Amino acid sequence: MKLSNLSLKNIKKSVKDYAIYFFTLILGISIFYVFNAIDSQTVMLDVTSNTKEIIKLMTNMLSGVSVFVSFILGFLIIYASRFLIKRRNKEFGIYLTLGMSKRKISTILFFETLFIGIISLIVGLFLGVVLSQFMSLIVANMFDANMTKFTFVFSSSACLKTIIYFAIMYLFVMIFNTINISKCKLIDLLYSSKKSETIKMKNPYLCLIVFIISSISLAYAYYFVTGGFANLDTADKIFKPIIIGCVSTFFIFWSLSGLILKMVMSIKKLYYKGLNSFILRQISSKINTTVFSMTIICLMLFITICVLSASLTLKNSMQANVNKLAPADIQITKLVTRDENDTNNYSKEELKNLKLGVIDTLNLFDFNINDYFKDSVEIDIFATPNLTLNHTLGTMLDEVREKYKFLQYDTKEDIMTISDYNKVAKIYGNKELSLNDDEYLIVADFKSMVDVRNIALKNAEKITLFGYNLKPKYPECQDGFIEMSSQHINTGMIIVPDHIVDDDYKTYNMLIANYNTSSKEKRLKMEEDIMEYLNKANKQGIGVLSSNTKIDILEASTGLGALVTFIGLYLGIIFMISSTAILALKELSESSDNKDRFKMLRRIGTDEKLLNKALFRQIAIFFMFPLVIAIIHSIFGIIFSVKVLEVFGNEQLLPSIVMTAIFLIIIYGGYFLITYFCSKSIIKEKF
Amino acid sequence: MEKILKVASIEKYYGNKSSLTKAIDNISFEVDKGEFVAIMGSSGSGKTTLLNLISTIDRVTSGHIYVGEMDITKLKGNDLNKFRREELGFIFQDFNLLDTLTASENIALALSIQNVGAKEIEKLIKEVATKLDIQTILNKYPYQLSGGQKQRVASARAIITNPKLILADEPTGALDSKSAKMLLERFNYLNEQTKATILMVTHDAFTASYASRVIFIKDGKIFNEIHKGNASRKEFFDKIIDVVTLLGGDLNEIV
Repeated sequence: MKLSNLSLKNIKKSVKDYAIYFFTLILGISIFYVFNAIDSQTVMLDVTSNTKEIIKLMTNMLSGVSVFVSFILGFLIIYASRFLIKRRNKEFGIYLTLGMSKRKISTILFFETLFIGIISLIVGLFLGVVLSQFMSLIVANMFDANMTKFTFVFSSSACLKTIIYFAIMYLFVMIFNTINISKCKLIDLLYSSKKSETIKMKNPYLCLIVFIISSISLAYAYYFVTGGFANLDTADKIFKPIIIGCVSTFFIFWSLSGLILKMVMSIKKLYYKGLNSFILRQISSKINTTVFSMTIICLMLFITICVLSASLTLKNSMQANVNKLAPADIQITKLVTRDENDTNNYSKEELKNLKLGVIDTLNLFDFNINDYFKDSVEIDIFATPNLTLNHTLGTMLDEVREKYKFLQYDTKEDIMTISDYNKVAKIYGNKELSLNDDEYLIVADFKSMVDVRNIALKNAEKITLFGYNLKPKYPECQDGFIEMSSQHINTGMIIVPDHIVDDDYKTYNMLIANYNTSSKEKRLKMEEDIMEYLNKANKQGIGVLSSNTKIDILEASTGLGALVTFIGLYLGIIFMISSTAILALKELSESSDNKDRFKMLRRIGTDEKLLNKALFRQIAIFFMFPLVIAIIHSIFGIIFSVKVLEVFGNEQLLPSIVMTAIFLIIIYGGYFLITYFCSKSIIKEKF
Repeated sequence: MEKILKVASIEKYYGNKSSLTKAIDNISFEVDKGEFVAIMGSSGSGKTTLLNLISTIDRVTSGHIYVGEMDITKLKGNDLNKFRREELGFIFQDFNLLDTLTASENIALALSIQNVGAKEIEKLIKEVATKLDIQTILNKYPYQLSGGQKQRVASARAIITNPKLILADEPTGALDSKSAKMLLERFNYLNEQTKATILMVTHDAFTASYASRVIFIKDGKIFNEIHKGNASRKEFFDKIIDVVTLLGGDLNEIV
């Protein structure tokens, strides 16, 4: 009998015992493949070149994330295999007493890892290839692309990448196993199972004090990221609540493990009902030693929930925003002034051309506006070094500076006349505004900047512009925007009466228009034509023209949405399966340790139903404990991420939380059920 | 007579400076080739620790143990593995069979570790199976066997390599009296027919009465030693009981 034979036999047994480990490996491999195969899956999609660019960016980012994912999976695999080896101490002890060398035992483990690796890779890749066919459908749907025809796609590059990444992970497992084996002592291997864990009852008063302290510090961390959000002006300050949160989570688990037992024990009626005393002792005997891993699992679940719901929200609200924030078809902007840093000597002709508006520029190239647009407006935007954020904030500058240190206070403000603004508002379908001769108002929709500006507006800060004194009409910013975008990014446009502006300070001329056709193909064709005109103009140095179209914005936003969703899903699923797999493995090994205890219960005549119920409860409590705390964390985590991502809007929070919950229930619940049924078969009496 | 085992004033301490336990307190004895020695003592007397030290499962704090000419307390790494592989046979109270392997595969494992050829292995298994009367159960898995059968399979594994010394830790501890008797008769047979040297740890006077010499241990020291000589097993058993009575403690309750 060869050593490899021995390994094979061991695996045959392991497949049954460690179904969860295999299941997780296979799941990890297939997910890894699916997300790395996305570019091949999208090759046959009928999409514009812009979307192709975005997909390319997405696949690049996903492959970057894959490195991170492989680290997480690597740690999971090493942890799990170490855990499984620990359970086989006795077996290795026997090998050693028979005179097998440690090197040979390592060789056996090497073969085992090799076999497991090959089997899981084959099955995982197969599953991955199947799943990625569905992924094509999702991708096509997301990018609103026509699937010209369904083709079966196999990505050999993704396949190779998966094999290489996992081969490296397995290699590390082998190294760790060898180190582990070489360190262990024979007597510990043979008799480790006989060592019983000493059950230390924690001092309940100490537990209570620790619990109260950690609850308070947790509440402080929660407040820090929600109520006290405004104080988080620099990125490094976020570490404080994170560290406080992690540490207090640990101590909450630590103290609760002692408290719950004490509490239930004092309620005699509950404690002595059915197998409650048994269940409780089981849990508390283990939770003492698993506080640390519970904390890790809880935090990983917390990250999963936040990442999933935040990324789904982001995607949903971005799509909802586009229609509102990009109401016109096209927007062409021309810089009509010399850049401050531009020191080139221009000819008179050139300077004249530079000052031309968008339509006049295009007319030079025989562009006929009526061929393309059914309605259009042309507006001017002004800026002057005499009006920067410093000036607009006026006397409130110091107060604002105190609070928002990161703002660029010497940025020139954008200025527009009221009649121009109303032209834009009309074509966008926004509310038109009016202004008296000595008044100004600010239009903005970027939440943080609105907050900043409102401080000054509330204080009725006056501004001086082109020799006129203006006072604010409203004590707060008006909602609105000039530039089309998929997000609320208007940091502020100063709207002033028509008569005060000085044409010398024109910086931009802008054309906003709607196409005279609704057919998608024709629109695309028109856009191509217009781009050509713009390129011609740019090439001949008549000025810098740039365009911003609804189609582009839509594509970019779906692309960005897809990107965020895929990365969120990828990370979320990997985090989720990693943490749940650890929990499931722990519970399963627990069950095989408990085999004798259940046998004993059976012998004293415990009903089978009662036993199963006890098992169910024990596992359920172990699964629920970290989840409940993770959910509480997540409530605040989501509130925080909503604040951070407010630029994207948060209109769609509920559906994404529902989606996250569904994911959580499927994966977490699935693992829970597998654990329960496997445990049930472990404690079942075999005749 | 050739000395197989020489234990020279060994000591084993457990614990730390503040609470030191002397599990073995200066024990010395010798075992001749072909002897069947039982070590008796109540639980906590240090008998299993003694066996663990001889079997290289544990390490001595001080003193020396010689098997043949070799000082096994000095062995390390591959020499230690070679020693376990070629000179020692282990029999444990809880059998320590691998439940993924059949009985014959379990026995073969001891040989395949020594790189013995497949044909030779089959031949040797057949031989040893006859000696231990386990021919009919060779293809069964451990969970299909009774305790007595399992222990005989474990014994077969221990002796198939023809070791200098067979070490048995409470071999009858998990067996009923009939299986225990059958196993011990096999030990006698091995001891007499194949001149195997056996060192057995037990707390059971009946089990010990099959040996040719019994060493009594109390509190980590040798308390007494009696030889069977030409006495019958029954007479030797009575002699053992006398010492046990003298030793007092919980041994009485078990007998």
